[in-house]
Amino acid sequence: MLSRTAANLFWMGRHLERAEIAARLLDVGARITLLPNTAEGYRNEWESLLRASGAQAAFAERYGDGITQENIESWLFFDHANPSSVASCIERAREGGRIVRTALTSQVWDALNMAYQELRALERQSRARLDTAMLTDFTTRHGSTVRGAINATQLRNDGWHFVNLGYSLERADATARLLDVKYFVLLPRVEFVGSGLDNYQWQVILRALSAHRAFHWAYGGEVTASKVADFLILNGESPRSLLTSLYEAVWHLDGLVRRYGADVPASASARAHQTLEQLMARDIEAIFDEGLHEFLSWFINEVASISNAVHDDYLSGRT
Amino acid sequence: MTICYNEMVDGGRVREPYAMLSDWIETMPAEIRQMKQAEAEALFRRIGITFAVYGEGGDPDRLIPFDMMPRVFLQAEWRRLERGIKQRARALNAFLRDVYGRGEIVRAGRIPARLVYQNAAYEKAVVGFVPPRGVFSHIVGIDIVRTGRDEFYVLEDNCRTPSGVSYMLENREIMMRMFPALFRNNRIEPVDQYPELLRRTLASVAPARCEGTPTVVILTPGHYNSAYYEHSFLANLMGVELVEGSDLFVDGGFVYMRTTQGPKRVDVIYRRIDDQFLDPLCFRRDSMLGVPGLMDVYRSGGVSIASAPGAGVADDKAVYTFVPEMVRFYLGEEPILRNVQTWTLWKDEDYRYVMANLKDLVVKEVHGSGGYGMLIGPCASQAEIDAFAERIKADPGNYIAQPTLALSTSPTFVDEGVAPRHVDLRPFCLCGDRVELVPGGLTRVALREGSLVVNSSQGGGVKDTWVLSE
Repeated sequence: MLSRTAANLFWMGRHLERAEIAARLLDVGARITLLPNTAEGYRNEWESLLRASGAQAAFAERYGDGITQENIESWLFFDHANPSSVASCIERAREGGRIVRTALTSQVWDALNMAYQELRALERQSRARLDTAMLTDFTTRHGSTVRGAINATQLRNDGWHFVNLGYSLERADATARLLDVKYFVLLPRVEFVGSGLDNYQWQVILRALSAHRAFHWAYGGEVTASKVADFLILNGESPRSLLTSLYEAVWHLDGLVRRYGADVPASASARAHQTLEQLMARDIEAIFDEGLHEFLSWFINEVASISNAVHDDYLSGRT
Repeated sequence: MTICYNEMVDGGRVREPYAMLSDWIETMPAEIRQMKQAEAEALFRRIGITFAVYGEGGDPDRLIPFDMMPRVFLQAEWRRLERGIKQRARALNAFLRDVYGRGEIVRAGRIPARLVYQNAAYEKAVVGFVPPRGVFSHIVGIDIVRTGRDEFYVLEDNCRTPSGVSYMLENREIMMRMFPALFRNNRIEPVDQYPELLRRTLASVAPARCEGTPTVVILTPGHYNSAYYEHSFLANLMGVELVEGSDLFVDGGFVYMRTTQGPKRVDVIYRRIDDQFLDPLCFRRDSMLGVPGLMDVYRSGGVSIASAPGAGVADDKAVYTFVPEMVRFYLGEEPILRNVQTWTLWKDEDYRYVMANLKDLVVKEVHGSGGYGMLIGPCASQAEIDAFAERIKADPGNYIAQPTLALSTSPTFVDEGVAPRHVDLRPFCLCGDRVELVPGGLTRVALREGSLVVNSSQGGGVKDTWVLSE
């Protein structure tokens, strides 16, 4: 496979995942604006979510102080100046898909192209006729269709591994960043335990990861900080946990190594295995002892190194 | 107004090839037709086939109108066309071999040396080089119009990288999907073997230094190109890589592509970029689309390029007038397809005739394409004719003139029902170890009543083209 093709597939996966992340943030952000503006109120919540997507400054530059429903929607869904908006990500994923048309099945292309065409139709509609729920539904529906087409129809070849590698690394990164921004609420602080604020913040995190129902299935009982953290970091059933995301990345890297044999460098695989081992060696108490923020910084750094190693091994076009 | 040949109705009777379509039209209710038309457009948009044929530019997401009414040839009609097309493709390749070799046709005085050697498309970099199997132009697109039951004229040859073949294939796919009964009840020759034939043709011209099964790639300028859809469509159906210049590099006398498993050797490049962009070391130094050093490898037999650099010297509008002469000179045969009578304005007597008769003629730039830079005398106002005359005076050598042909019409769906509209045809002839032609081609149709311009940028559409089997 051409290195450029592999790079486009990898980034297609990352952009598709990123579009869904933006839609989830939009859902949470919209929910927050419905709350009364108390002392620390929704502004604070909303800003921390913006920080999670690394876009606080860019948002402020474009909309100033205007944290309104409409500006949130604009920024997270429609704004092409935001490289992580749903519109930007779908457009770039489709662009990448168009470049590598030959590596995609017609069902995948169809799903990708449909998402793009419908996005353009949405952009032409009057904003008054669009509500947030519709925009998030749009994104998750198309995201699922594309992902379904990929997994149902693509050959299980190197290209499939690259797309899924993109998905899993992007997801690992996003979950870690979201947790990092909110880490303070997960730290067991006596004065907050059992307070309304505390509980609500955990709900926000779970909701942002579409995990509030799954959490209850998995743990049941009282919502505690360490349960939430465990669910999102170390639970192998949770689809967006750091462990699951990294495990999937390792699985796809193994697939590439098996396929390509010993002649092709495999530094990404080695690095990912090492990170996975180190992650599995921890339990949630150890992570809190180490410091949640320190742990997450380490993890985000590791994901970036794995991504760079993927680039060096496969995408850079060694001559 | 001249009477045009109607391919459906001749002498008051529906001709045999259109007999069953005539029933089909009559039994199709208007609302079904509208529904099907909308369905066809939705299909085209979904598969993303939105590009301008023949590099006409314009909105990259623009759809070319698709007319559901097929254009039909009888087997006997097609066989004659086929012989004529293959004959012409052979002669064009013989000409290219000759003018980059000893130049016998020029020495024999059958074509002026100036037209060949001073031609902008004549490529000094390949003089003396004989590509594998002596083929320069591997895909020859020949634009044909019909003026009578047995009268076919060649309007233009395309020896470089003719586009539009994806339309031929997609039009058929969509017709088969929407109207399966038409195909069950009629014996229509298939065209879907084209990609495999193309791959085979390209593999057959692998260089001598190629070991094992040749690796074929398609070289595209990239996804911003208006024909990118076609490039990726063909690569997909042929099962070959679609590469950009930056994916290739030259090392030790061979060309390699950058893959996830390291460098992989490339034997045949079907390029869809122009000569001057192929290799910045040999042609345009500012080219970002090409591969530095490619031409050295090509000339030393490390890689094949289809079509060969320099193939364009055979297809400009000035050389065109000599193609019948090429058929006689190289093949010793009489041309089966006729040329349109052409006045070349660098000759004094032709110049005088043309300037006196502009309102009856079509005048074209020698290197123009896409229906631009031309004057259609009978359709132009006096002011337009006067303005064009000034342009001709400034540079007569840049123009040729032809009579306005009475292009045949084919039945076409219009708002009021079905009406005759003018059509042309571009078949795609493949030249490698054999000369091959799939039974069909791209039919373009001028959708505006009375219009003779079939270019999609100027109100043209496309149709499926059928050849009935015996």
